[in-house]
Amino acid sequence: MAHIQLKNISKTFGNHTALTGLDLDIADGEFFVLLGETGAGKTTTLRLIAGLEKPSEGQVFIDGVDVADWGAAERDVALVLQQYSLYPRYTVRENLEFPLKPKIRRLPDAEIKDRVDRAARTLRIEHLLDRKTDKLSGGEMQRVSIGRAIVRKPRVFLMDEPLSALDAKLREALRTELKNLQMQLGATFLFVTHDQIEAMSMGDKVGVLNHGRIVQTGTPHEIYNNPRDTYVASFVGSPPMNLIDGKLVNGRAVMAPLNFELPFSGAAKASAATDGRPLVFGIRPEDVYLESGAPVEARVHDVENHGVEKILTLRVGDATLRATVPARTDVAIEQAVRFAWNPDKVVLFDKGSGVSLRHAS
Amino acid sequence: MAAVRTSSEIGLNRVAIVAVLVVTIIFLAPIYWIASTAFKPRNLATTIPPTVVFQPEISPFVKLFTKRSQMRSPPTPEEYAAAPWWERVVFDGGEKIVRDGKGQVQWSGYPSRFLNSLIIAITSTVLAVGMGTFTAYGFSRFKVKGEADLLFFILSTRMLPPVVVAIPMFLMYRAVGLNDSHIGLIILYTAFNLSFSVWLMKGFMDEIPKEYEEAALVDGYTRMEAFFKIVLPEAATGIAATAVFCFITAWNEYAFALIMTNRRAQTAPPFIPSQVGSGLPDWTVIAAGTFLFLLPVAIFTFLLRNHLLRGMSFGAIRK
Repeated sequence: MAHIQLKNISKTFGNHTALTGLDLDIADGEFFVLLGETGAGKTTTLRLIAGLEKPSEGQVFIDGVDVADWGAAERDVALVLQQYSLYPRYTVRENLEFPLKPKIRRLPDAEIKDRVDRAARTLRIEHLLDRKTDKLSGGEMQRVSIGRAIVRKPRVFLMDEPLSALDAKLREALRTELKNLQMQLGATFLFVTHDQIEAMSMGDKVGVLNHGRIVQTGTPHEIYNNPRDTYVASFVGSPPMNLIDGKLVNGRAVMAPLNFELPFSGAAKASAATDGRPLVFGIRPEDVYLESGAPVEARVHDVENHGVEKILTLRVGDATLRATVPARTDVAIEQAVRFAWNPDKVVLFDKGSGVSLRHAS
Repeated sequence: MAAVRTSSEIGLNRVAIVAVLVVTIIFLAPIYWIASTAFKPRNLATTIPPTVVFQPEISPFVKLFTKRSQMRSPPTPEEYAAAPWWERVVFDGGEKIVRDGKGQVQWSGYPSRFLNSLIIAITSTVLAVGMGTFTAYGFSRFKVKGEADLLFFILSTRMLPPVVVAIPMFLMYRAVGLNDSHIGLIILYTAFNLSFSVWLMKGFMDEIPKEYEEAALVDGYTRMEAFFKIVLPEAATGIAATAVFCFITAWNEYAFALIMTNRRAQTAPPFIPSQVGSGLPDWTVIAAGTFLFLLPVAIFTFLLRNHLLRGMSFGAIRK
């Protein structure tokens, strides 16, 4: 178990800059999720901590010790990858034993057997122990690869999109299992993913990474409800937050090109938002509601039925916005509806920088 | 459910079988010719049309391994009775085996040439494949400055016909005393095969996901341990395929062996045809020598056939 700290890390590969000025603090026993799009630098961050890459600048600390001169073997971390992490010529048992047999920390045979059996029981792969890895399904392989990580009791678990290659059902099941496992072991996890649902459902803390920079770190609740900028707002959430250009005029939100108005209650909070300043209004689809007496008229552009709810795409002039409504709401495409929003939930972003006004002050 | 096949598919299949048979016969005919000649009595070896049905003899092999001389008169019945079976076979051909003062049988040049071939081909194959594997691993896994240029340079050693450098090589070898030595030919063949081995192994190494070794590194193994425990077993197929190619090249090489060696380190390829020159050639002996010469490659290839099949199709099949 360990406390991981990255200080001012930069990493370049030739002309390509993967990470710039990255600071990260992962507390002991925390499930930290690094969320970002493909190419944002998530895997690079992980490899830097694992010792498979050296930072171009900055320092990595494990339990307060600068590990710049430590190789991957000495850092005592476990790595679970999306694929290719099992040794193809070995059986499941041999794969699980492998991390317990290096010269630098070879365990006695009885201990190895004990640990392998315990890991197999935890992950319910006891019946697979004597099978060759190429005879396993995707889900079984991923369990074995997690098993290879947990047999060792490493200081930190690093997981690089371990669930991405699996089908949806299995992914959900393993998500829960991983979270349970982490709580059971009380271990520090750094979990990398591009899937915001995984990040939201598993993380104690989430770090959003964009173009090699940490944009925001916080609990899933903070990230979701109080995104630091329009990037986070549009990346997290499914469907993402609606972002509409506009300005504040006399305490009312006036959408600039479209000229519709909505009530706004947060004017006091956003004192910096003087009248007439160009802004972006952010509102989650679930905070947009249909009501016969509501102030704005729109046409229903599209209806997605998700069982418990419907996601409507509304069209106002040239702009569209999403609204999540209960499934029983009866709407047809091209029907005219009236909508409003929950004025307490509106997040204001500066039009120029995209930064939330709540974070800017 | 049984697969339903149309008559045209069956017809096509038959055509394919016939085509394969014809090609196989074309490829096997010379081998049959050599093998059958190696077991023929001398007088049947050069008949026109060729003799197909004959009583196989072992005499060509006995002659191949011994020094013999023509007899002016046939051996006396006592001599014949006292001789072992392998000497009688030679007597039947009107020759006798040459013995030294102590009565020891004099060996022909063949066994030592064959042994030279084995020593030189095996050693150079091991060296070329071993060095090639390490080099390819380095190129495949690490950032090497000027990687493309270096690889091209390695390949460029293959771009001119080797015989072009034969004369300068010969002069250099004579100057440093490497001519007619095993080491000399081993160095030469290793150098020939190395570029080939590096390129082939680089292809195989690139196919092995680097995630395997990284997993091993994180698991507490050194780069070297990861290489031997994880990479090498994965590369076995490629190593086998490369080894067969290198072995065949070194085993069959003729021109340099002819120029660089004459006795001590001479290999079988220049030796076998040199026997044609002395008087009326005994084709059965030459065929026997060639036949034995074919065997090591055949055995080697046969042992590695599973690896080879996978090696030939590498890159074609995706996981």
